[in-house]
Amino acid sequence: MKILVPVKRVIDYNVKVRVKADGTGVDLANVKMSMNPFDEIAVEEAIRLREAGKAEEIIVVSVGPQQAQETLRTGLAMGADRGILVKTDATTEPLAVAKILKKVVEEEQPGLVILGKQAIDDDCNQTGQMLAALLGWSQGTFASKVDLGEGTVDVTREVDGGLQTVKLKLPAIVTTDLRLNEPRYASLPNIMKAKKKPIDEKSPEDYGVDVAPRLEVLKTVEPPARQAGVKVADVAELVAKLKNEAGVL
Amino acid sequence: MTASGFDVTSASDVFFEEEHKMLRDQVRRFVEEEIKPHADQWEADGATPRELLRKMGALGFFGIRYPEAYGGSAMDERATVVLSEELGRSTYAGVAITALVHTDMASVHLFNAGNDAQKAKYMPGIVSGEIITAVGVTEPDAGSDVKGIRTTARREGDHYVLNGTKTFITNGVLADVYCIAAKTGGDGPASKAVTMFIIEKGMEGFTVSRALDKHGWRSSDTAELSFVDVRVPAENVLGEEGRGFYEIMKNFQNERLVLGAMAMGEAQAAIELTVAYVRDRKAFGAPLWEKQAIRQRLAMLSSRVEAARQMIYATAVRVARGEQLVREVSMIKALCGELVNEVMYACVQFHGGMGFMRESTIERMSRDARVQAIGGGATEVMLEEVAKRM
Repeated sequence: MKILVPVKRVIDYNVKVRVKADGTGVDLANVKMSMNPFDEIAVEEAIRLREAGKAEEIIVVSVGPQQAQETLRTGLAMGADRGILVKTDATTEPLAVAKILKKVVEEEQPGLVILGKQAIDDDCNQTGQMLAALLGWSQGTFASKVDLGEGTVDVTREVDGGLQTVKLKLPAIVTTDLRLNEPRYASLPNIMKAKKKPIDEKSPEDYGVDVAPRLEVLKTVEPPARQAGVKVADVAELVAKLKNEAGVL
Repeated sequence: MTASGFDVTSASDVFFEEEHKMLRDQVRRFVEEEIKPHADQWEADGATPRELLRKMGALGFFGIRYPEAYGGSAMDERATVVLSEELGRSTYAGVAITALVHTDMASVHLFNAGNDAQKAKYMPGIVSGEIITAVGVTEPDAGSDVKGIRTTARREGDHYVLNGTKTFITNGVLADVYCIAAKTGGDGPASKAVTMFIIEKGMEGFTVSRALDKHGWRSSDTAELSFVDVRVPAENVLGEEGRGFYEIMKNFQNERLVLGAMAMGEAQAAIELTVAYVRDRKAFGAPLWEKQAIRQRLAMLSSRVEAARQMIYATAVRVARGEQLVREVSMIKALCGELVNEVMYACVQFHGGMGFMRESTIERMSRDARVQAIGGGATEVMLEEVAKRM
């Protein structure tokens, strides 16, 4: 079985994001970019399935600018077998990405697509679900455990108030949550090996997908600064403040 | 948390390939996850644990320039610079130097001068981190002045008998294998009198006479070594007898580049954490960052660090092409060793009282930085190397 893992290049999770002075977006100049952390978890899960003998090939795919090749290369260094770069400099919204991924799925015929549940740049949390809908496949989102059986996959999901396990018929879409696994490091010998792994370059046009944004960003602003807290001497003062100042009691 | 993205040099694409960036990412993650949360304990212990070194070995950090046959990755000096800089950025220079002495100051002697049998015996363990190495040239009366060493090795049949003392030996307490310089040529011309030997821990007469208590680099073990009639098999001669002086000199180029990159990693980290501190710290009603005197001084230091980094990168590219650049690497060592100390002085200053407290990162970093102007060739020695070429 093939596993397809879409990965996205995003601002590194360690970077404190700054809004551009003119409010048109966030400042990307000289900012460190990395693979979306949820996607790293997806790559790791795919590798573990292959190591367990439940998959033969892992394909990483990214929709984005030329530099997204670095992100694919990271996936290859972790252990994926080959990559597909769908090159576009346009701002890609989840629906456009899902449409492209649908075409890739039709070409590659994977048994399983594992995606990050969301990307940490726009936090949309839509691509996996949209892809499932477009393909008419079953989906297990926010996975904290993936148990691949014969023709089915059990996905344990993190839902409000606990865990829910769903059994999906393959082929299926799984999106990863934070606690699914801890992604491995790419060792230096594997980084060097990844240089020799193939990356196919495509464009949205190759798949006949119009990626023009359907949404317009009007303004980007910093979140309001958090106000300093107040220390109270005892419970009585706390209750009094909640009653009189906060008005919540 | 990185203050912003200003640590990523805009010149990165000029000097580096994809694999160098990936290596940088991996080392940076390793530093965040495996070093920073634990290294205060190692500072207290006076050494970096072997377990960490084995983890670094498993990720390929110790085999950057060594051939694939030994488990290495056969990369060039640019990758070494990336490792040095990122370990320097960890803020724990003692941990950084433990690794970098092993990879770039000690094991290189074995790799460069060793014969096939010696390399087959030691290199796989060196790359995996099972074997940790140290190099012993410096003595109580001789450091950069290699010709002045007094340790002797006298041939007796198929052995040499080694006598002498080495000091300030990084990894000296905990290493398994030592590359030791000794005089074999009696009073003959010094450049023909020095030979390097492979000495293993446990050889009779070889002892770690004491662990040294240092101003900084406290998570690195440093020792004084004693050799009393140590019988060393002749097969442990590293390279040709009498050629040790040249072997030592040959690696100075690499060593200076590595120390320069490490120092600039330290400087970047110090500036970053100071910028973050002065943006938060309020005095007279506004963050310190609002004071032009402070932010401009940091901006200038940042500019100088960036200039030094780009010189390091350009030099690494040229060294990788096989150029001999004694002048440039000596400039780098002199410049970076002093600059990192200027950076630390300003950063401690802008931390105010907190900068003087043992609990602050910058206090440790300022102690660690001091040796960058001393170890691996003091600034004055480096400047003479530059002056000779003017």
